[in-house]
Amino acid sequence: MRAADLTQHVITVLVEDKPGVLARISAMFARRGFNIHSLAVGPTADPNLSRMTVVADGPEMEQIIKQLYKLVNTVKVTEHAPGAAVEREIMLVRVNAEPKRRGEILDAAGIFGAKAVDVGKVTITFELSGEPGQLADFLELVKPYGIVDLVKSGRIALARDPKTKNGRRTELRSA
Amino acid sequence: MGETLNGAQALIRALEHEGVDVVFGMPGGAILPAYDPLLDSPIRHVLVRHEQGAGHMASGYAHATGRVGVAIVTSGPAATNLITPLQDAFMDSIPVVAITGQVAQTNIGLDAFQEAHTWGISAPVTKHNYLVTDVDEIPDVIREAFHLAATGRPGPVLVDIPKDLFADTMIWHRPGEINLPGYKPSVKGHPKQVQAAVDMIHESQRPVLYAGGGVIRANASDRLRRFAEVANLPTVTTLMGRGAIPDSHPLALGMPGMHGNYTAITSMQRSDLLIAIGARFDDRVTGRVDAFAPGAKVIHVDVDPAEISKVRKADIPIVGDAGAVLEQLIFAMEHFLDTKPAPARETWFSTIREWQEKYPLRYDQDPDGPIQQEYVIQELHRITGGDAIVVAGVGQHQMWTSQWWGFEKPRTWINSGGLGTMGYAIPAAIGAKAGAPDELVVAFDGDGSFQMTMQELVTAATEGINVKIMVLNNQWLGMVKQWQKLFYNERYSATDLSGGIPDFVGLAEAMGCAGLRAEKPADVAPIIEKALAINDRPVVVEFKCDPDAMVFPMVPAGGSNDDVVLGPEDLT
Repeated sequence: MRAADLTQHVITVLVEDKPGVLARISAMFARRGFNIHSLAVGPTADPNLSRMTVVADGPEMEQIIKQLYKLVNTVKVTEHAPGAAVEREIMLVRVNAEPKRRGEILDAAGIFGAKAVDVGKVTITFELSGEPGQLADFLELVKPYGIVDLVKSGRIALARDPKTKNGRRTELRSA
Repeated sequence: MGETLNGAQALIRALEHEGVDVVFGMPGGAILPAYDPLLDSPIRHVLVRHEQGAGHMASGYAHATGRVGVAIVTSGPAATNLITPLQDAFMDSIPVVAITGQVAQTNIGLDAFQEAHTWGISAPVTKHNYLVTDVDEIPDVIREAFHLAATGRPGPVLVDIPKDLFADTMIWHRPGEINLPGYKPSVKGHPKQVQAAVDMIHESQRPVLYAGGGVIRANASDRLRRFAEVANLPTVTTLMGRGAIPDSHPLALGMPGMHGNYTAITSMQRSDLLIAIGARFDDRVTGRVDAFAPGAKVIHVDVDPAEISKVRKADIPIVGDAGAVLEQLIFAMEHFLDTKPAPARETWFSTIREWQEKYPLRYDQDPDGPIQQEYVIQELHRITGGDAIVVAGVGQHQMWTSQWWGFEKPRTWINSGGLGTMGYAIPAAIGAKAGAPDELVVAFDGDGSFQMTMQELVTAATEGINVKIMVLNNQWLGMVKQWQKLFYNERYSATDLSGGIPDFVGLAEAMGCAGLRAEKPADVAPIIEKALAINDRPVVVEFKCDPDAMVFPMVPAGGSNDDVVLGPEDLT
C-alpha cells in the first residue's frame, strides 16, 4: 500500500450503465492501493451512462486515472482541480435538543439553511446540503449540543461551465 | 428471418463465426449443453485432463499463431481452475477467450452445486469479463470478447453463461457493430512526439533500443529490426521479447534483467537514452528502480497508456501500436537522415563490443561430469538448426533456455514471463503444436515444473499432439535452491525433490508417450537424435542434470543492475 497522504482528489468517472461496473471501479482503487474517501453513483442525462464521483486520498492520481480508463466500461475520467467543479454533499444529522434549547438550535440551523426534517421529544434531525466545508462548519456548531447520529452522502461534483470558470472561484450559494 | 437456434448452438455458431479451429476444454454439468452441438461443428475439441491445462493450451496456441486461443470449461471448480492461466495470460498480454458454464440463473446466489462467483473471481485477472443474462446477447458478447482479447493491448476475456440460456431459443443473427464507447485503443503515435523522439535519438551518444513482448504481440518484429538498422541502435530483447530481432543480428545484445547477459544489462545501465517499445520496465529488468539506468532519458512507446511512466518516468511518451509507431519512427528517421549525417557512435559500439568479448555468457561442460542444462539446450539447437518453437516451464531451465537458445524469429519462444507459472510448459507446448502442427514444438521443463501439469501428456498422446518434452532433471526446485544457497546460508528448506523423483521414462510410457533418458554428456546428442526421430507419439526425454548448477549472470533481487554477479567466483 502507498503511504497515507491526506491530499484529497475529486474524480468524476463516466461509465456505461452495466452490471458490475461499480465493483470494477472500487476493486481497481483497492488493487492499486488507493483509499476511497467517498463514492457516489447515479444516473446522468444519458440513460446509458452513470456518473461516479470518487473522493480519493493519495499523492497523485495519474496512474489510477489511466487504470480507470483501461476498464472497458469507463467512458471518461476527470480529475477536478480545487474550485473547478461544483461540489456538494448532503447530510442528515440528529442533534440533542431538549425543549428549552430548541430555539437557539433552530436559529443556528436557520443561518446555515439546514431544515428540521424530524422532531422528537429530545432530538431534532436536520437536513443540510452544500459544499463539504459548509457541512463541516455546521457540524462544529451543533457539536456542543450533542450529535446523536449522522449520515452523509458521498460527494457529488460537476465540472463548472468552462465559460464561467475564470474569475468565478467563489460559489453561488443555493438559496 | 434467421434460423432458430438454442443458446448452445448459438455459442458454437458464434465461435465458428470467429474462425475458431480448435478449443481446449473439459465438459461438466453447467457447460454440458454446449458440448452437444460441438459434436456437429468443424471446431476441434481437445479434451484436457485438468482445466488449468486448457487455459495454458489456449495461451500456447495464441503465442504460436497470433490468433485468439479458446478454453471452454464448466462452472465452479472448473472455472476456478482457470484463474491461474487467466492471470498468466493477463500478465503477458496473451489473447485468450474463456467460456465458462454457470449454474442456471434461478440458482445463482443460492450456493448451488458447482456454483462459484466466476464473474467476481475473474474480473481482476481478465481484461474484461461478462455474465450473459439473455440468450439473444450470445453472438454480440462473443464478438466483443474476441475483439477485446485481440486488439489494443491483448489479454484474456471470460464469458460466463448460465446453463438455462443454452436451452433458451433465439433467432440467429450475425453480430452487429461493436459498440464499446469506452474502448478505443490508439494505433498511430502522435506525430509531434514521434518527431521529438527522432530528434532525441539523433542527439543520443549511448542509446539502447529496449524491445519487449509488445513487439511480438503487435507482429512488428520486421519493423523493429528495420528501425534498429536505420537509427543504428543496439537492441536488447526482454524475456517476452526474445526473437523480436534475430539474436544473430549484429545490433542484438540479447536479454537484460536479473539473469540477462552482462552487455545487455550494462548497456542499459550506462545508456543516455532508452527507447522502450512494448516493454514495461518490469522489476526483473530494472532491478532497484532508483538505481536503474541513472543517466538515461526515456522514450516509451506502448499501446497501453497506463504502462507509460508507471515505473519510470518517460521523457517522451508515445501511445500507439508498436508496429504503427515503428513505421512512423522509421519514416521520420529516414527523412531526418536525408539532411543530417547519421551519428556513428563509434565509442559506444566499441565499448559494447569490449563488454561482449570480456563478459560473454559461459558454462563448462565437463565430459565426465554431470550434464549441464545449457549443453542440452545448445545441442538441441545445433541438431535442429534452431528451427523449432521452444517452450519453457519456470525456473532455472527457463532462464538458461532464454539465454542459450538463440532466437531468430518471433513467436518461436513461449514462456510464462510475468506470472512465472510453474507447469506452463507441457500444456503451452500442446496448445502451440495444436495451432502450428507442422512445426517442431520442443519444451524444456524442470523436474519440479513438469510434475505440476504432467497429466496433460495423456491429452497429448490421446489427441496425437506430438510435442517433445525435455525434462532437465536436477532433482531440486533449482531456482529456489539457488537463492537458499546464496542468501539463506545454504539452508535448503523444502527444495530437495530427490527423495521422490518419479521414473520419468516409465511415467511417459504409462501416459502413452515415448520415454528416453540421458545419463551423461555423451548421451545427449544421440538421445536428442532419437527423440527427434519419433513422430508417432509425444516424447519425454529425461536428462540427468547437475544438481548444483546455478544461473549466472545474476542481479540479486532488489539490487542495482550495477552489481551484476557473473559467476560463483564473484560471491565471496
